[in-house]
Amino acid sequence: MTKEEVFNEVQNIFRDIFDEDGLIINSSTNSDEIEDWDSLNHINLVSAIEKEFKIRFALGELMELKDVGSMVDLMVEKLK
Amino acid sequence: MNKFQLLKYQINPNMILRKKKSIKKELLKKQNFTEKNIAILGGSTTAEIRNILELFLLDSNIKPNFYESEYNKYYEDALFGHKELEKFNPDIIYIHTSNVNIMKYPNLKETEEDVYNMIKTEIERYKSIWQSLSKYDCSIIQNNFDYPINRSLGNLDCYDIHGKTYFINQLNQEFSKSANKIKSLYLNDINYLSSYIGLQNWFDKSLWYQAKYALSMEAIPELAFNISKIINSIFGKTKKCLILDLDNTCWGGIIGDDGLNGIHIGTETAIAESYTSFQKYAKELKQRGITLAACSKNDFKNAKEGFEHPESVLRFDDFTSFKANWDPKHENIMDIAKEINIGIDSLVFIDDNPVERDIVSSQVPSVAVPNVGNDVIHFIDHIDRNGYFEPISLLADDINRNKYYEDNKKRTKEESTFKSYEEFLISLEMIANTKSFSSIYLDRITQLTNKTNQFNLTTKRYTAGEIENISSNDEYIKIYGKLIDKYGDNGLIAITIGNVKNNQCHIDLWLMSCRVLKRGMEFAMLDEIVKQCVAKKIFEIIGYYKKSLKNSMVSDLYEKFGFIQIDDTNDDTIWKLDISDYENKNKFIGIKND
Repeated sequence: MTKEEVFNEVQNIFRDIFDEDGLIINSSTNSDEIEDWDSLNHINLVSAIEKEFKIRFALGELMELKDVGSMVDLMVEKLK
Repeated sequence: MNKFQLLKYQINPNMILRKKKSIKKELLKKQNFTEKNIAILGGSTTAEIRNILELFLLDSNIKPNFYESEYNKYYEDALFGHKELEKFNPDIIYIHTSNVNIMKYPNLKETEEDVYNMIKTEIERYKSIWQSLSKYDCSIIQNNFDYPINRSLGNLDCYDIHGKTYFINQLNQEFSKSANKIKSLYLNDINYLSSYIGLQNWFDKSLWYQAKYALSMEAIPELAFNISKIINSIFGKTKKCLILDLDNTCWGGIIGDDGLNGIHIGTETAIAESYTSFQKYAKELKQRGITLAACSKNDFKNAKEGFEHPESVLRFDDFTSFKANWDPKHENIMDIAKEINIGIDSLVFIDDNPVERDIVSSQVPSVAVPNVGNDVIHFIDHIDRNGYFEPISLLADDINRNKYYEDNKKRTKEESTFKSYEEFLISLEMIANTKSFSSIYLDRITQLTNKTNQFNLTTKRYTAGEIENISSNDEYIKIYGKLIDKYGDNGLIAITIGNVKNNQCHIDLWLMSCRVLKRGMEFAMLDEIVKQCVAKKIFEIIGYYKKSLKNSMVSDLYEKFGFIQIDDTNDDTIWKLDISDYENKNKFIGIKND
């Protein structure tokens, strides 16, 4: 999967979780920019991504994620 | 097909979690919601449980308002009272605890007596929670315990007295005993649910450490679905009648073509055996009070013959209504509902043929038509897992219900041989009790208040706790009616609750089971109310009719009784009766109140 494909699918997941069809995300999108992105929704996001891509994040990895870009980078690494 | 198939067996947990916001929006477009206040007291994180439970309840037309205890504050909220919770006035309190909330497991040095005492201590904590919550007069739904995902004692863990699994099994047994004793306590069996979906799918260590969810994300929809089945049952939303297609549903093959000896039923082949299990399951439902009906495109004679097969578990007599003809199935189903005298939304229809399922679900959308496919092996799961017939208790009245319907058939047959209806009523030799509530009937009374829809003037629902309180409160006149006739005992079939205030008796609830319609029982009830009013020196009765989708048959009940209408807002009406010179109205029923 290319980084772009991963990115697009992650965007679809964001749209579902926050129920905003037109939501656009980029590498620097972080929890400050999306109002509903609180710690509980963060869990929902991560778990939807894990299911969709059939990957699992380790506990330590999740602490490091600062924005969408770092998340997608980690995913591309796992999907290799 | 139901738009919300996603929320029916087999539910799709990941899709539900991901699309929950848009599903909720869709669900809110439905009409006729009942609002209920549901308090969640959690021993672990409950945010997503609340969100998903909301979807399942909306799907059953219950619009929940939620109260959520703060993280792991279930014990404090329950025991020390909470202004907010009191103000919230819950209809249901759900206590979400699980093995993570067990305070202390035995260590290996402890003796049998120590372990016994630890079990007792743990149980006492929950008993004090339930005791303290009883002040809210509401139903309590309590999780039992799931097994821990790891067990350092291996298989020994389940029988050595120091084992965690052993400890949990003891706790669960004690929970079951308590739930049998305490009327308003219902168990949410997560021990079963977690085994059903598999312990390794049920618990997610990572999610526990990160967010303190005591179950995995994908288990949350399963849990919420399970809770919603109990809540539906508490509010009387369970189904009452199972309608079965015959060919390739009750037996393999087509009886009209293959003949009695050609159909598959019995234990000779794998296919025959799978149909036999399905029949056995249907028979079990019947034995606990679910009504069976048949709806098949067949010649009547052939269809009936199918149940004369020596290996058939079900018999022709097991069906309260039997439609085998060539008319469209949705028309037959409407007739079945009319014949048995129950609402269309109390029906579940099972048919292996997708075309028939489609026509029924499109023509009569309130009939539950699960997408069972065409392999009989899955039929039971669709009935079982969807919780259509989820009972919250087994009452003798339920187990006998089918007998009433059968007796009723005999009564109807006789009706036509009499010159007048009065003569028929006299011939029934009816005897009734019309008495104040007594403790042995409170379960049945609560159940009736929650499931009676047609002959019900206000459709006011009561919890077991409320009925218990009314039963011991002098400010209420509370009468139940039982009716026996020469064909059998109809059981407890009528309830009236009047609130006495300002020298008037306000009738909060008046209901009667449809199985005794047109027998004059309502007059016997009125006579008793008047008698009890006069004894309290009350000479005015105020009656209320609140229109619902189903109770139009009683819109003129008070008028028939001779009440005078004093107010109407929209379709709801208020009535008054002066009873200072009341004469008894019951003519055909002997009253025996000793």
